[in-house]
Amino acid sequence: MRAPRALRSGSLLAGGLIVAGLLAVALAAPWLAPHAPTAIFSGAEIRPPDGRFLLGTDEVGRDVLSRVLYGARVSLGVAIPSVALAALVGTALGVGLGYLGGVPDMLAMRAFDVLFAFPPILLAIALVAALGPSAVNLVLTIAVLTLPQFAVLTRSATLALMPQEFVQAARALGASHGRLLRAHVLPNIAAPLTVQASLSLSIVILVEAALSFLGLGTQPPAPSWGGMLSRGRQYMTIAPWLVLAPGLGIMLAVLGFNLLGDAQRDLLDPRRRGARGRGA
Amino acid sequence: MVTFLLIHLIPGDLVTILLGITASQNEQTRQALIHALHLDRPLAVQYGLWLGDVLSGNLGHSLVTGLSVGDELARSYPVTLQLALMAMAIALAAGIPMGVLAATRAGRALDGATRVFSLLFISAPAFFIGTVVIIAGARYAPWLPTLGHVPFAEHPARSVTTMLPAATSLGLAISAIVARFTRTSMLEVLGQDYVRTARAKGVADRAVVFKHALRNALIPVVAMAGTQFVYLIGGAVIIEEVFALPGVGRLVVNAIYARDYTTIQGAVLVLTSATVLVNLALDLLYHVIDRRIVYA
Repeated sequence: MRAPRALRSGSLLAGGLIVAGLLAVALAAPWLAPHAPTAIFSGAEIRPPDGRFLLGTDEVGRDVLSRVLYGARVSLGVAIPSVALAALVGTALGVGLGYLGGVPDMLAMRAFDVLFAFPPILLAIALVAALGPSAVNLVLTIAVLTLPQFAVLTRSATLALMPQEFVQAARALGASHGRLLRAHVLPNIAAPLTVQASLSLSIVILVEAALSFLGLGTQPPAPSWGGMLSRGRQYMTIAPWLVLAPGLGIMLAVLGFNLLGDAQRDLLDPRRRGARGRGA
Repeated sequence: MVTFLLIHLIPGDLVTILLGITASQNEQTRQALIHALHLDRPLAVQYGLWLGDVLSGNLGHSLVTGLSVGDELARSYPVTLQLALMAMAIALAAGIPMGVLAATRAGRALDGATRVFSLLFISAPAFFIGTVVIIAGARYAPWLPTLGHVPFAEHPARSVTTMLPAATSLGLAISAIVARFTRTSMLEVLGQDYVRTARAKGVADRAVVFKHALRNALIPVVAMAGTQFVYLIGGAVIIEEVFALPGVGRLVVNAIYARDYTTIQGAVLVLTSATVLVNLALDLLYHVIDRRIVYA
C-alpha cells in the first residue's frame, strides 16, 4: 500500500483546497449564507438541522450555517492581518538583528527567551484583558505574540547567509546595506518565511478561537467560531450541532493551514524531497 | 521581575474596582486604601517590597477576595499539576507507541492512519475535544462523571477517574505531536549504520527496534515534550474552564478579569517557575536516557 505517499503529495493539494475554500467562503459569505448571520427567527430557537435551517438554529433563533460561514470571515479577518503584521515587523527585526549582531542582538534574544517562558495564551489573556477586547486590540495582541517566532527564524536565517561567499562578494563589490538586504538576504529567506506564515496562521486561528471562547476575543453578536462554541456549550446535550458546527469550522481551518505549511516545508527541504514516505 | 512589571503594565483603575463606583468618590477612603496597598510608593519600591515578601514565602493577599494568595495557590496548584501530569502521561503513552508503529511500518496503511490521526488532533482545539468528550460522555456513558473535581488527597482513585476526561482532551492533541515526532526520530535512527549492523548480525527485529533504536530516538522526543509543557499549561487554563476544575488556570483567568494583581502575580510566578523547573528536570532526564550526556 502506498497510502502515505499519496497522502503526502496530496497534502499540498488538500491544504491548498481547504485554504482556498476557506478564503472563498470568507469573501463570498454574503452570497453563500442563506440568512444574515445576526438575523433572529423568533419561534425557531434551537431547531435541529432541517430543510430550512441546514445546520439548525441557535438559542436565540439564528441560522447556524450562516453564522459558521460568516465565522470564516471573522476568523481570517483576525488571523491574516495579525500574521501579516507579525511577519512584517518580525522579519524586519530579525533580519536587522542578524545583520547587525552585537549587543542589541544579544539583548533582543534574551528578551525573547523570557517571553517564550510564559504560556502564550496567558500573555494573550492578560494583554487583551488590559487593552479591552476590540478587533484592533485582538490583532495587535496576537501579532505581538507571533512576532518573536518570525524574528528568531529570520535572524538565524540571516546569520547563516552572512558568511556565504555570494554575500561577501556583493559586499566586497561595494553593495550598500540596503542592496545587500534587498537583493541577497531577503530573497533567500523568503522560502522559510512562507512556511512559517502558514504554520503561524494555523496557530493564530486557534488562539483567536480560544480567546473568543473565553469571551475575550471577537465580541458577540459577531459570529466567531470560538464564541459560538462557548455559548453552545450550555445547550450541548440537547443541541450538539451548536458545538459541532463551529468546532469543525475551527478544525478545518487549522488543518488546511497545517497541511499547506507541512507540504511547503517538504517541498523546500531537499532532504525530504523525493523521500516523502520516509520523512515527516 | 518580568512578571511584576508585566502585570503592572495592565491598565485599569484597581482602586475604583475595589471600592465600587460610589465608595471611590470618597477621597479619604480612597487614599487610605491606596496607602494600605503601597500603591502610593514608586514602582521600584513596590517591587522591592513584593520581592522581599516572595522570598520570605509570602505572596500577599488577594486584592479582591482578601484571601491569602499562597493559600489559594496551594489549593489550586495540585489540581493543575495533576491535570498536566495526567495529560502528559496520556500523550506519551499514546504517542510513543503510535510513532514507533508508524515508523516500523513507514509507507503502509497504519502509517497513513497515524498521520491522519495526528493531523486531526493537532488541528482540533483542546476546548473543542473537551466539549465533544462531555457530549459523548453524557450521551453514551451517563454514569461517568465528567465535570467537577475530587481532590487527590481525599480519594486518589476517584480523583484520577474524574479527571480522566479532561486529561484525555488535553493529552490527545499532544499525543498527536508526540507520535509524529517519534516517527521522524525513529526513522532517522533506524537508518543509521549501527542499526543495520545489529540487524546484519541477526538481532531479533523486536530487540533492534526497542533496544537499539527506541532508546536513541527518545532523546529528541523528551526534549520536545518539554517544550510542549508550556503549551500544556496554556491548554490547562482553558480545559479547566471547560471541565470546571478549580486549578491555577481558572484562578488566573478570574483574577485577570477582576484585575486582582496580587493573585495574578503569584499565579504567573508559580506557573512560570513550574515551566522552568520542568525544563531543568528534563535536562537531567536526558542523562538517564542517554548516559553519554554528562553535565560538567
